[in-house]
Amino acid sequence: MTTPSVLIPIAPGTNRNQELADAFELAGASTAQVPISDLRRGEAKLADHQILALPGGFSYGDALGAGRLLALDLETWFADQVREAVLRQMPVIGICNGFQALVRAGLLPGTGAGAATLAANVPPGFECRWVTLAPEAGSSSPWLADIRGPLRCPVAHGEGRLAVEDLESIGGRTAFRYVSDDGGSADGRYPINPNGSVDDIAGLVDSSGWILGLMPHPEDHVLDRHDPLRGRSPGGNCTQLFAAGVTAVSA
Amino acid sequence: MPDSPTPDSASSGNDQHTIAIVVGPGVDDPSPGGPAAQANLFGFEVEAVEECRLFHVRGPDASLSGDGLEQLAGSLMADRVGQWWIAAAQHESFVAGDGRRLVDVGLRPGVTDREGAELVRAAAELGVPIDAASVGRRLIIHGDLDDGQLDTLMTRALHNDVIERWAEGFLEPAFTDPGAKSAGIDTIALRDLDDDGLAELSKMRRLGMSVAELRTVQAHFASVGREPTDGEIETIAQTWSEHCSHKTFRAQITLPDDSVDGMLKQYLRAATETIDAPWVRSAFVDNAGIVAFDDEFDLAIKAETHNHPSALEPFGGANTGVGGVVRDILGVSAKPIAITDILCFGPDDLPLHELPDGVLHPRRIRTGVIAGVGDYGNKIGVPNIAGAILHDASYTTTPLVFAGCVGILPRDSHPTEPQPGDAIVVLGGAVGRDGVGGATFSSQTMGAETAEIAGSSVQIGDPIVEKGLIDVVVAARDAKLYHAITDCGAGGLSSAVGEMGETVGAEVDLALVPRKYPGLAPWEVWLSEAQERMVLAVPDPEPVLALAKRWQVDATVIGLFTGDGRLKVTDGEDTLVDLDTTFLHDGRPRLGLAADTPVTIRSTRKPADIDLKTACLALLAHPSLRSHEAVIRTYDHEVLGGTLVRPYGGVAGDGPADGTVLIPPGISSGKGLAVGIGVNVVLGRYDTEAMAWAAVDEAVRNAVCGGADPARLSLLDNFSWGNPTDPETLGHLVAACKGCHDAAIAFGAPFVSGKDSLFNEFVHPDGRRDPVTPTLVITALGIVDDPEVVPLTGVTAAGTDIWLVGPLNGALGGSHLDDLLGEDLGGEVPRPDPDAAARHSEVAAAIAAGLVRSVHDVAEGGLASAAAEWAFSGRLGVELYLGSKPTLEVLFGEGPGRYLVEVEPAQAQQFEELAPSARRIGAVSAERMVRLGANLRVTLDEIADAYQGGAIQ
Repeated sequence: MTTPSVLIPIAPGTNRNQELADAFELAGASTAQVPISDLRRGEAKLADHQILALPGGFSYGDALGAGRLLALDLETWFADQVREAVLRQMPVIGICNGFQALVRAGLLPGTGAGAATLAANVPPGFECRWVTLAPEAGSSSPWLADIRGPLRCPVAHGEGRLAVEDLESIGGRTAFRYVSDDGGSADGRYPINPNGSVDDIAGLVDSSGWILGLMPHPEDHVLDRHDPLRGRSPGGNCTQLFAAGVTAVSA
Repeated sequence: MPDSPTPDSASSGNDQHTIAIVVGPGVDDPSPGGPAAQANLFGFEVEAVEECRLFHVRGPDASLSGDGLEQLAGSLMADRVGQWWIAAAQHESFVAGDGRRLVDVGLRPGVTDREGAELVRAAAELGVPIDAASVGRRLIIHGDLDDGQLDTLMTRALHNDVIERWAEGFLEPAFTDPGAKSAGIDTIALRDLDDDGLAELSKMRRLGMSVAELRTVQAHFASVGREPTDGEIETIAQTWSEHCSHKTFRAQITLPDDSVDGMLKQYLRAATETIDAPWVRSAFVDNAGIVAFDDEFDLAIKAETHNHPSALEPFGGANTGVGGVVRDILGVSAKPIAITDILCFGPDDLPLHELPDGVLHPRRIRTGVIAGVGDYGNKIGVPNIAGAILHDASYTTTPLVFAGCVGILPRDSHPTEPQPGDAIVVLGGAVGRDGVGGATFSSQTMGAETAEIAGSSVQIGDPIVEKGLIDVVVAARDAKLYHAITDCGAGGLSSAVGEMGETVGAEVDLALVPRKYPGLAPWEVWLSEAQERMVLAVPDPEPVLALAKRWQVDATVIGLFTGDGRLKVTDGEDTLVDLDTTFLHDGRPRLGLAADTPVTIRSTRKPADIDLKTACLALLAHPSLRSHEAVIRTYDHEVLGGTLVRPYGGVAGDGPADGTVLIPPGISSGKGLAVGIGVNVVLGRYDTEAMAWAAVDEAVRNAVCGGADPARLSLLDNFSWGNPTDPETLGHLVAACKGCHDAAIAFGAPFVSGKDSLFNEFVHPDGRRDPVTPTLVITALGIVDDPEVVPLTGVTAAGTDIWLVGPLNGALGGSHLDDLLGEDLGGEVPRPDPDAAARHSEVAAAIAAGLVRSVHDVAEGGLASAAAEWAFSGRLGVELYLGSKPTLEVLFGEGPGRYLVEVEPAQAQQFEELAPSARRIGAVSAERMVRLGANLRVTLDEIADAYQGGAIQ
């Protein structure tokens, strides 16, 4: 079995690429952190890697809406490569800004669902705090295959409120919801749901399950020392999420 | 003032058009800091202020009509869910009506507009090319306002004239004129000026130079037989400014019965030299101090102030303050890994009629500064891990913004010697007129008219460009591609190239320097600060330029280091500067100043009739001591994944931590670093020497609480002071420096860097002077050998023992209790304590032995506040055995070297052996209540209510 390689593109303003690489390496993958200019010049190609991971940060300074200009890259410069990757069911994960880009590029919630957006938080403003995430029961996404219980990790964003045209059409595409520490429904309550997302949805998958996007940062909780409670809490280490993606392409 | 409408400029030549698009729906912020609430502060009846986005775009017809426009606006301006777009004129016809005013606000030409630039780039990629774009906002003000009221509201609350313009109706877009002509080089007639003429020259050009200094310049140019150019005069003014040369801290000072041979040399550097710490790798000589971390890596640390710009344009000032200190760290080849910020504001509830002309309301400054600090750190991806927010009446006219940064670099990886023949490479943003005169501006006092004349000194940062600089510089460092590096701080290229070329000499051709827009005079290009730029001395430019291209950062060769000891700057064929670097850097006549010896005799304490419980809760709600968690949540303190102790912790993440701890990314030793901050503005009013000692002690205490080894600490000093030409003000500064010196030696903790911000004084139109209360921020950086044993924030388990390290009684003079009462009741202030150092070591030893479950330092508000915060953080009870009637000194007194420590009863003996000065003083209980002696009880709900201003979660 060869070690799968994760492509991590870095746009101007991307900033959580190193943690994302660390998380995938901990899960047994190798990683390539590549400036987007390398992809544009053809010096790096999606086809040479087994997983695509879009990291958090402020690509292009969040100009014209968070993730919009990175989405434009996906839709213009790399449209063919992205289309090919989706067709061959390449696992794709977008975290925070990466999620925003996947949504703005139309890859999430994807064809067959109404449009969605990640709008300004309610209450407004950038928010950095730890949240608890429940994986959606019954999801067939390979990314969620090994997750047993709730995950805990920080959010750090100002534009993470999921809003959709048609909630029904999102149905089977929910990946994670914000829940209380004991797993109870957030019911829209701040700060359990930190940004006012509809139905407390924190992450989405596409219809195939291979494309995952979420606002919180699971890559920031893959070591026990990442947890601010340091042993005073139920855990919720997120390594299993990255391991699931790696396992899916290692089989 | 509103711009006058000029409707005919809506289209210009050829098939180029300018259109305005509004994107809605507008957003109304109904919060107490929102625009409607601000309007109501003025007594205007405003129900809501909706804010829409406003885009001005210039380009060919094909892109700005029909399908082209549909694509441009639909894909790049409005979100496909929940937003719409419409031509601005059409929007106006729908929305305008009785009881509504429509106001368009846009940036002034030349102010950084990243979104506008990105829109131009993205439009080209979409195949709908445009020429220029700028992004502003349209306000729909719901309320009956007359013209005067609208003008007041816009001017005082809803726009900032320093960077923005506004208009009802058509707003001229902020496009710069591509055909603007550049001014040339002027010669300054200096030779025949007398003292009055020299003073007038300094004032007219805003040089901030004394007549004595200009006399020296006059003599120099007389000796070389010519007159200086405008560029030469400006270069000398910048290099000799307070900001760049620290002339006050180097001045010979005469006191009534003493003299000081330079405060920097006699106190701050002297302490560092006396301690002679082996872990200090570089102190005071570079952009930042450098200290050893582990066997492979060093840490760089620096803190800066950005007070004047933040007073005028709070967001931009604070934003570029963070950007500047991050660049200082990059300027010693270190990768930035942590940001700190200490913010000082006037009272939130200051009545408008008490607000002096030319001053922004403290609430507006607070909102803007916090947003500016958060924006830069969040976007650049460096965690903001430590800070404080302080309030004092003097901060109304002189708000203070301290920003610090820690970086990491492999040992011996920072080269510092440019070689003759090295190319001068500029990395980063192009030069504009914003940022001209930053150093001289920040070295002068402010007045009501300052906002008008200083507009060009205030900038908007671009953290995305600086993030690129980090990537390029770190890669270039690792590949050993440069011989020296520095940042373009205040003074721009003149200070960066000037400092680097101090010994070898340098030649620059300004024609090669990239500009944001045409029309700049050569001296402006040379002097403009322009954020987000670094200068490198490079033996072979090619690999550096390739690296920059890969990371999408602009890089240009603008000259070379020569070896001839001259600074020569040309603009094409014309010579702007031709100076001997020895004169430039060593020619400044030394300043001589007179200082008074401060009177610090304290009266006996007057009795006060105080209800203990009320006082305890009021202290928890004190504007400087209450929870600032809501602010901290707007800063990313998690990015880089190394944060171990966050600014707020405890079981619910809402209890205040003391020192914050980080495990730097990319290391293998497993060690951590702890940052402690010390600052006490209340003491600054009475005794600056005691204040300095207390601030050093507090910083050390906080670092120790984070698990740092007190035998290996390094310190930063950051002074914000009034006008040092006033002997009383200077006397307080001398005393503070002495306190710093003595405390550093007492704790064996050397200063490795520092910065002084002077002239923090507001001069009213009638000549009345408002100096800032002396404010000193001490930052302690420590090494945590074993992060595993770092104590938790908040008490952890019922049944554990509580120990007090340090005296039971504190001092009430200069305490926060008196600050709360609004009266100096007299009594001694906390004095330097020779035993405090031993107590820091005891606590550290117990932590290192794994005996400390949690710890909290006894700081502002004394034992009562410490116990209450600690219990609240852990959501457990704390009982302190203080007898039936504890005194005010016991409950609220403040003083150095005091801690509360939580220890397992079974480990009492081991703890006592390591901390012999500790006494068992109480226990942790499960009853959700703090008991301070037999009769004073406060519940956790009452604490939460006071501390957070709301019920417990």
